[in-house]
Amino acid sequence: MTAHTAEQAAGKGFWLTRQYNRLTLRQRRTLMGYVFIAPFILGFLLWWMGPATVAGYLTFHKWNFLSAPKFVGMANFSKMLSDPILAQSLKVTIIFSAISVPLGLVFAFFLANLINAKVRGIAVFRTIYFLPSIVPAVANAILWAWLFNTEFGLINYVIRAFGGPKIGWLQDPNWVMLAFVILTVWGVGGSMIIFLAGLQGIPQIFYEAAEIDGAGRWQRMLYVTLPMMSPIIFFNLVIGFINSFQVFVSALLITNGGPQRATLFLVLHIWRTAFSSQKMGYAAVLSWLLFAILMLLSFFVFRYIGSRVYYENPGE
Amino acid sequence: MGFSEKPADFIESRRRPKSYGDVLFHWLTVFLLVFFAVVMVTPFIWLLSSSLKTQINIFQYPPQLIPDPIVPENYVYALTYKPFGTYFRNTIIVAGLNVIAVVFSSSFCAYGFARMRFPGRDFWFGIVMATLFLPYAVLLVPSFIVFSRLGWIDTFLPLVVPPFFGGGAFNIFLMRQFFRTIPEEIADAARIDGCSEFGVYWRIMLPLSKPALITIGIFTFLFAWNDLIGPITYLRSPDNFTIAVGLASFRSQTDIHWDLQLAASTAVTLPVIVLFFFAQRYFIQGVVMTGLKG
Repeated sequence: MTAHTAEQAAGKGFWLTRQYNRLTLRQRRTLMGYVFIAPFILGFLLWWMGPATVAGYLTFHKWNFLSAPKFVGMANFSKMLSDPILAQSLKVTIIFSAISVPLGLVFAFFLANLINAKVRGIAVFRTIYFLPSIVPAVANAILWAWLFNTEFGLINYVIRAFGGPKIGWLQDPNWVMLAFVILTVWGVGGSMIIFLAGLQGIPQIFYEAAEIDGAGRWQRMLYVTLPMMSPIIFFNLVIGFINSFQVFVSALLITNGGPQRATLFLVLHIWRTAFSSQKMGYAAVLSWLLFAILMLLSFFVFRYIGSRVYYENPGE
Repeated sequence: MGFSEKPADFIESRRRPKSYGDVLFHWLTVFLLVFFAVVMVTPFIWLLSSSLKTQINIFQYPPQLIPDPIVPENYVYALTYKPFGTYFRNTIIVAGLNVIAVVFSSSFCAYGFARMRFPGRDFWFGIVMATLFLPYAVLLVPSFIVFSRLGWIDTFLPLVVPPFFGGGAFNIFLMRQFFRTIPEEIADAARIDGCSEFGVYWRIMLPLSKPALITIGIFTFLFAWNDLIGPITYLRSPDNFTIAVGLASFRSQTDIHWDLQLAASTAVTLPVIVLFFFAQRYFIQGVVMTGLKG
C-alpha cells in the first residue's frame, strides 16, 4: 500500500471502497469480523434454519412427496403417542444407550490406562488399540455380521470351543442387543485416545506427592487420576450419549432393524418413515422428537453430572 | 501429541526400589496389553483370512484360520462385480471437494472468531457450539426436503455444497483453538507492514497452521470416505454411488457371498489403514484436539 492517507483515499476508487474508508476503525473491525464469519452465518441460515422451518411446517402436514402437503393439525403428534413401533424403537435406543455408553466409557478408560503404561513397544499397542475405530462403517458392519454368524462365525466358534452353546447372535432378539454393544465397545479407540491424552496431561508431581503421603496404587487412581480426569470423562460421556442415539449403519446393514424389531434404532425408524414409507410429515415430527431427547439428555447430563466435574482453571 | 514415550521415564528409575508388588503389577499390565491386543486384532485377521477363502471353505466348521487354497481372485471378482472404479472416482470427487471446502471455509470463519473483536461474536460462537451438539441425523429429513426443492437429489451437491458454508462446527472450533495459540505479534507486524486482514489470514495464519489444517483435512476425507447415511439418502442412480453406498448395495445383492463381501470390505478398509500409518501423528492430534481443549 502506498502513502495515501485515509482522507485522500476516501475520495477515490469504487463506491464500495469509499464507503468502507468512511467507516470508523471500530465499524471497520465489526464489518471485517462479520465478513469472516459470514460463511458460517449463511450456512446456518440455509442448512440449519431452513430445514428446521421446513420441519416445523411439515409437523402439521401429511405429505408423501407426490401430492401437495395436506394440513392435518395435530394428527402427526397424536400418531406419535399411539405408535407401537416408535415405542419399540425408543425402547431399543434407550436400552442400547444405557448399556453401551457406561460400558464403553469404562472400557476406554481402562484401555487408556493400559496403554499409558511404561512398557517397551507401547507405541505398537497404542496403534493396535486405535485401529478398530477407523474401519469404515459399512465394512465394519459386514465384518461383524460375519463374526456373529451363527454357524460359521468366529465368535460362536470360540464359545463352542470352550464348550458353550451356539448363540443366535443376530437371530435371537434377546442376544442381538449384546452383539451391538460388543461391536460398539470394540471401536472405543477415539475416546480411549482422548483419555490417554488426559492421563499424560496430569502432572507427575501429583502422583509423587500422593506416594510420599503413603497412597497406594488404588488410592492414587481414586484421589488423583479420577478427579483430574473428570472433565475428560464428562466430555466422553456427552459425546458417547450423542453417538449412541445415532446408530444407523450397523442397524441397517447387519440386522435391518430385526429380529422382531429388536434393533430398530430411532434414526433407522426415522429414515424408514421418511424414505421407505414416504411419510414426510410424521418423519419431521420424529426428527423433532430426537432433537428434544438430545437436548433434554444434554441438559440433565450438564446439570447433574457437569456440576460434579473438577476444573483446575475454572473459566478458562 | 504423538505415540511418544514421556521423559518422565527417566525420573521413574530414580524412585524407590521396585517391590514385588511393582513387578507383579508390571507383568499383569503386560499380560493385559497383549490379551487386548489379540482381541483388537483378531477381527482384522478373520476378515483378511475369510476374504481369501473359496465359497466352499468359508462355510466350513470348524473354520480354517489359514485359508487353503488361498484365492486372491475374490478381490478381482468383488471389485469388478460392481463398478467400484466409478464408486472410487465419485468418492474421491466428493471427499476432495469436502476437504477443500472444510480446510478453507472453517479456517476463514475460525479466524473471525479467534482474532477479531466485534459485537455479536460471542453470540455467533455460541451458535457454532450449539450446532456441534446437534447431530446430523436430526436434520436429515428436513434437509432432504430442502435439497429436493432445489433439485439437488441424485447429484453430489447436497454432499459438497454445505461444507463450503463454514465447514462444520467441529472444524471451526478446532481451528479457532489453534489460531489462538499463534502469537498476535506476528499478525501485528504484518499489519504494520500494510497487510490487510485477509492478508494476515492468508499469508500468516494459514501457513502457520499447516498441522491443524492437515488434521482437519484428513478427518474430513475419512468422514466422506466412510459416510453412508448422506450418500444413501441423496444419491439414487448407481453411477453416482460412493464407495460406502456401493458396498452397502453390494451386500444386499450378494446375500450369501461372504467371500466377496469380505474381500470388498477389506479393499475399502485398506486405504484407510494405509492413510493411518502415514499420518498417525495427525490422527492422534486430531482426536486429542477435538476432544480436549474445551
